[in-house]
Amino acid sequence: MAGPLGKDLLGLAPLSADQIRLVLDTAVPFREISERAIKKVPTLRGATIVNLFFEASTRTRISFEFAEKRLSADTVNVASAGSSVSKGETLVDTARNLEAMKIDMVVVRHGGSGAAKFLAERIESNVVNAGDGTNEHPTQGLLDMLTLRDRFGDLAGKRICIVGDVLHSRVARSNIWGLTKLGAQVAVCGPRSLLPNAIEQMGVTVFNRIEEAIEWADALNVLRLQLERMQAGYIPSLREYNRVFGVTSARLEKASRDLLILHPGPMNRGVEIDSDVADGPHSVILDQVTNGVAVRMAVLYLLAGGKPELAEAAKKGVA
Amino acid sequence: MAYPIGSRDLLIRGGRIIDPSQGLDAVGDVLLRNGIVEACGGTISTPDGAEILDASGLVVAPGFIDVHVHLREPGREDVETVASGAHSAVAGGITAVCCMPNTKPVTDNQAVVGFVKQKAEQAGYARVYPYGAISVGQKGETLAEMAEMVAAGAVAFSDDGRPVESAQLMRSALEYARAFNVPIAEHCEDMTLARGGSMNEGIMSAKLGLKGIPAEAEEIYVIRDILLAKRTGGHIHMCHLSTKGSVELVRWGKERGINVTAEVCSHHISLTEDAVDGYNTNAKMNPPLRTAEDIEALQQGLADGTIDLLVTDHAPHHYDEKEREFADAPNGIVGLETALAVNTTYLLHTGILTLPQIVDAMSCKQAKIFHLPGGTLARGGIADVTIFDPNRQWSCDPKAFKSKGRNTPYGGHTFTGQARYTIVAGRVVYTA
Repeated sequence: MAGPLGKDLLGLAPLSADQIRLVLDTAVPFREISERAIKKVPTLRGATIVNLFFEASTRTRISFEFAEKRLSADTVNVASAGSSVSKGETLVDTARNLEAMKIDMVVVRHGGSGAAKFLAERIESNVVNAGDGTNEHPTQGLLDMLTLRDRFGDLAGKRICIVGDVLHSRVARSNIWGLTKLGAQVAVCGPRSLLPNAIEQMGVTVFNRIEEAIEWADALNVLRLQLERMQAGYIPSLREYNRVFGVTSARLEKASRDLLILHPGPMNRGVEIDSDVADGPHSVILDQVTNGVAVRMAVLYLLAGGKPELAEAAKKGVA
Repeated sequence: MAYPIGSRDLLIRGGRIIDPSQGLDAVGDVLLRNGIVEACGGTISTPDGAEILDASGLVVAPGFIDVHVHLREPGREDVETVASGAHSAVAGGITAVCCMPNTKPVTDNQAVVGFVKQKAEQAGYARVYPYGAISVGQKGETLAEMAEMVAAGAVAFSDDGRPVESAQLMRSALEYARAFNVPIAEHCEDMTLARGGSMNEGIMSAKLGLKGIPAEAEEIYVIRDILLAKRTGGHIHMCHLSTKGSVELVRWGKERGINVTAEVCSHHISLTEDAVDGYNTNAKMNPPLRTAEDIEALQQGLADGTIDLLVTDHAPHHYDEKEREFADAPNGIVGLETALAVNTTYLLHTGILTLPQIVDAMSCKQAKIFHLPGGTLARGGIADVTIFDPNRQWSCDPKAFKSKGRNTPYGGHTFTGQARYTIVAGRVVYTA
């Protein structure tokens, strides 16, 4: 089945600006469902969705599962541990077996860049990329954009800086593709060893110092810094990272204006972000989590063939 | 080698004979008798009972040689055998190949060398010359028994598929091999830079979110090994160069009289990293496809002689091995059956190389650098001949490959240039 987004949501790179706006617009009425006492509409009743998580994930999987259940879909969760994947089954065989069970959608998280596309090209079901390697995490990018749009309105001309380990981040790529399509200015800031070599050619500004990024930006999207990066020799220590690139209240106070602070989570408090910033007045980190469910509901609805003009009706359970 | 010899005299009549080993480029006849070249050039009268092959309008060249192929046997006969690989070679106009030792078991002893030779002779298609491994098990720890392998028929040594990480071991290999006058062929890759990478490091890897392999991963080993060849006087042969920097370093070495030779794969002079877009595993190789700037430098290196040889790095895989996530898919393509076509399409018809230069890089220099029979149509040489039409157009259909592999980025491509007759030991073994 193919709706206004096409058959699959593989990333924000393949989407047009209008398609991105469509998801964000559709998410707004769906957000209200989560505020109700009975958080459920029958929009996807009868649809079968498999959450195929080859990589450990807590918040993304739960967010998708809430989105699916609130739309009344039947869901099955498959994790790689304990599945036939751990016995050596290939991704394409897994896909074929799922297809043979006559499912409607697959939400896939995988450690390999391009894995969602690979799957989408081989099965007829709708495929939603829930993060593939270091390529894209489109629903995270969309929820970030919805959160920014809630505060800023139009994103055109807004300055968003992504801070941290851009090299290994699928969130960063989805943000870069999506935000630039909506006319925002995008920058990245972090140790050069954690920035892709040719990142400037993607149309982003590079800051080597967090102070410059803070002075420039309207919002910071702060990425998690993993301990493994230190062990792999990309940075000397987490302590030094915090001292040089950490988003701290002391640094933010010196800025000439207030910045919005985003973080896709999970956070390493005291490393890439200090607690008083994460919990502070400019943090929209929990808004992101709330928006995540709404965005995922919108994506599932649109991929299932839902018409954008009927989103309001779908919210009421009549479309 | 006991290859089957043509049972009748074969007179190749009226072709354009291009043989840089003799400085020959003229229309004429070639007579093959008892597996050797009996006469070459001018008009030759037809001996009694001779078979006649009309080559008018075609190029007649010394049989093409490819010093860099993977035949997978022993160990992965499901992917390729010596016989299927040798058949694939002649289907591409290639009359002799040198096969890499990264087999299972590794070709690091005389028994495996002998086994591969025996399989090739039984098959009777292209001649096959085995490489021996530089180190036991290709582990980079101790030298393999080179002298015994040379005695069994090994023509060169390499740990291809992986670099010799120990500079001391590489130094010893270059020194030790000097006694046998065989090249040491290096897979140049600094694994500390390349590990985990699956394509060229650049804008495309940034966009696709794939870990890249920087050019320097190759170049660090190129300059290290040139310096070791300078120290030892040994012959270092650089496998499958892919970067502009590597060309410049080899040029630097040659200008100083260091015993360095180099090869480039046909895919590296014809495809950029853009072929990977969409996670196309048929464009995944090691070294990876690079940039237009690198291609230009590699082509220039061929034109000025800095790079000596055009090879394939023929690397067949099962279709289902490539049918997976990009980073996990194996490297390499089926190369033997498209190499000539790629070279004529991208080097000849673009004006970068002349026909004699292509023949030189695909035949004469290969024989000379690796001390192999062939590479010439001079009287008394082995009767291995490639007859090709540089202007014939054809469309690449992987299903028609003689190789067991189907993995190619050229499927559906239209080429200009095709082998028409492949002759080994005076016997026509392939006709297109």
